[in-house]
Amino acid sequence: MSGDKILSIDRLAMRFGGIVAVQDLSFAAERKKITALIGPNGAGKTTVFNCITGFYKPSGGAIRLTHDDGTTVALERLSDFRIAKQAKVARTFQNIRLFPGMTALENLMVAQHNALMRASGFTLLGLLGVPTYRDAEKRAIDLATDWLKRVNLIDRADDAAGNFAYGDQRRLEIARAMCTEPALLCLDEPAAGLNARESAALSELLLSIRDELGTSILLIEHDMSVVMEISDHIVVMDHGVKIAEGTPREIRDDPKVIAAYLGADEEEAAAVMEGGA
Amino acid sequence: MTAKPATGTTSILKTAFVNALIALVLFSLMVGIRTEAGASGQLTYWTRFGELASLVAAVFGGSIVIELLRQWIGPTGAEKLVPPAVQSGMSFIGRYLAPALLIFTLLVPVIFYNQRYILDLAILVLTYVMLGWGLNVVVGLAGLLDLGYVAFYAVGAYSYGLLATNFGWSFWICLPLAGILAAFWGVLLGFPVLRLRGDYLAIVTLAFGEIIRLVIINWQELTGGPNGVSGIPRPSFFGIPLDNSDDGLAAKLGIEYSPTHRIIFLFYLILALALLTNWATIRLRRLPIGRAWEALREDEVACRALGINTTTTKLTAFATGAMFGGFAGAFFATRQGFISPESFTFQESALVLAIVVLGGMGSQLGVALAALAMIGGFELFRGLETYRMLVFGMSMVLIMIWRPRGLVGHRAPTVYLTKAKAISSDLVKEGHG
Repeated sequence: MSGDKILSIDRLAMRFGGIVAVQDLSFAAERKKITALIGPNGAGKTTVFNCITGFYKPSGGAIRLTHDDGTTVALERLSDFRIAKQAKVARTFQNIRLFPGMTALENLMVAQHNALMRASGFTLLGLLGVPTYRDAEKRAIDLATDWLKRVNLIDRADDAAGNFAYGDQRRLEIARAMCTEPALLCLDEPAAGLNARESAALSELLLSIRDELGTSILLIEHDMSVVMEISDHIVVMDHGVKIAEGTPREIRDDPKVIAAYLGADEEEAAAVMEGGA
Repeated sequence: MTAKPATGTTSILKTAFVNALIALVLFSLMVGIRTEAGASGQLTYWTRFGELASLVAAVFGGSIVIELLRQWIGPTGAEKLVPPAVQSGMSFIGRYLAPALLIFTLLVPVIFYNQRYILDLAILVLTYVMLGWGLNVVVGLAGLLDLGYVAFYAVGAYSYGLLATNFGWSFWICLPLAGILAAFWGVLLGFPVLRLRGDYLAIVTLAFGEIIRLVIINWQELTGGPNGVSGIPRPSFFGIPLDNSDDGLAAKLGIEYSPTHRIIFLFYLILALALLTNWATIRLRRLPIGRAWEALREDEVACRALGINTTTTKLTAFATGAMFGGFAGAFFATRQGFISPESFTFQESALVLAIVVLGGMGSQLGVALAALAMIGGFELFRGLETYRMLVFGMSMVLIMIWRPRGLVGHRAPTVYLTKAKAISSDLVKEGHG
């Protein structure tokens, strides 16, 4: 693959004691494209995610993020919150992690913490109520409102996030990640537990994030209909190593993928892959 | 009607039976067998099965009553049972309760001018309101369980006591210094305990509270050890002393001197300090730092994924709470005129924590009501003498059964688009670290 890479992973390895979760993994994600990371359960996809977003420190290898202006950040050297703050990588979680006791709007305001902290003069100016902070807060509310409209939750802005239906929580979590204004958005199974209609809406949302905002997306997903529809590039993992990568069409026809993804039963595998088409 | 939860007669009886069994095991040795040294030093014992049986029966019966109460006036049942008219009335009261309380508090010295006992009690209640509000930042907002809050109270009290007696500095210079020193100790405590969560954090903060007290007892040269610090100067009205001298405030105003003046001054001083704490907390909640505290209580992992530095966020919570504790400590020192390590035992920490939990974690009004109930209520039962603690404990248990999330159990959002809706306490997390 060619083109402008935002994220390049080189020989990434992650071991937990004697267990090798990820081994010698190299792939890249292109700028303003959607890259999908797929593979059977236990393939090591979430481990890769946790390495990228700093929740794990990789045992070996390099993770490089290149910003629009050409500066490169070595993610494996940054601690977790700095990856979100300085490298501008946002993520969602496989088991949704919202702030359930806070409203949808508050969730999105917390996401803009670092920008608002600077505007509030690290609390001192904010405590005095200076106008510059009030303006910054207004802008933050506007950004949050904008995202609530995008994910179609504007009517529920003042409701507690914990009261939302599952699909709404998923969308709110994506909106919250986007409110950090990331360069790279990492989504861990965003379509899990969604019905067909919600999955279609999710695909539309992700495509609009890519096309309208130019945010690069890396996603883990099991729902083949979503993966095949929106991905520009797919990386397939199994047992901690990469077994294939390419466009959705290439992946769909790759016998190695079919064999690994669904065991030896090629007929069943083919059926699932077709179903996603 | 929705179906009632599966709590039939059998489950009630089962719970009561288990409780009675525990009581039997506990009381069989404590009550059932009585031992005493005999005339020639040998061990004599006799059994008291009658008393044992009656105690176990009381626990059995009590368990049934509690289970029934839980079903009838439990939190879920109460909402359905209370008619809408009463509910709207309650919300009306809720809206005007805080301003009404504030106006009443402002008028307390006027109404009870000649009742020294009530004024002293009011000052005590306000001190605990302030401590409760200070601890509320750490426990209620940031969700960090701090069992050693009294340490910061002590640091504040000794800061003022020692600075004032050794250097003769005025209260108004020492007050901010006491707050800053307590905040400094808050940060110092914060660093090693940041990695700890839940029970572990609670244990270390508990130990920290004890360490401070033991250092005060043993560092005789500085703190006077168990003898404490005496002769701490009374606060002045910005330089004008509140006594019956010619320079005193009474003489300058041309009114007759009365010792009540000083009490009333102290009353308004602690009221101002408490309101400052309240104002700062309400303000901080609406700033990014306050939202980060609450987000930390809700989900720490998500906070880190959003680029929030959880270390500094926790430290600021500790420092802010400690600072208010330090202010309260300085006030305590100037009010008492004498401080000793005995005033800063674990019991104080537990009492302040109980106020925060009883009030409803994170609720400013709830904490104020709880302080009033705990300190004032304790005085109310004074007539019951020996049974005071028992009645007090019983009423606490009943309140916790009735309102497990505290008196004011809901959370008010810090920002809203169209309408601020109270968030049910079922959704709000208690924090785990």
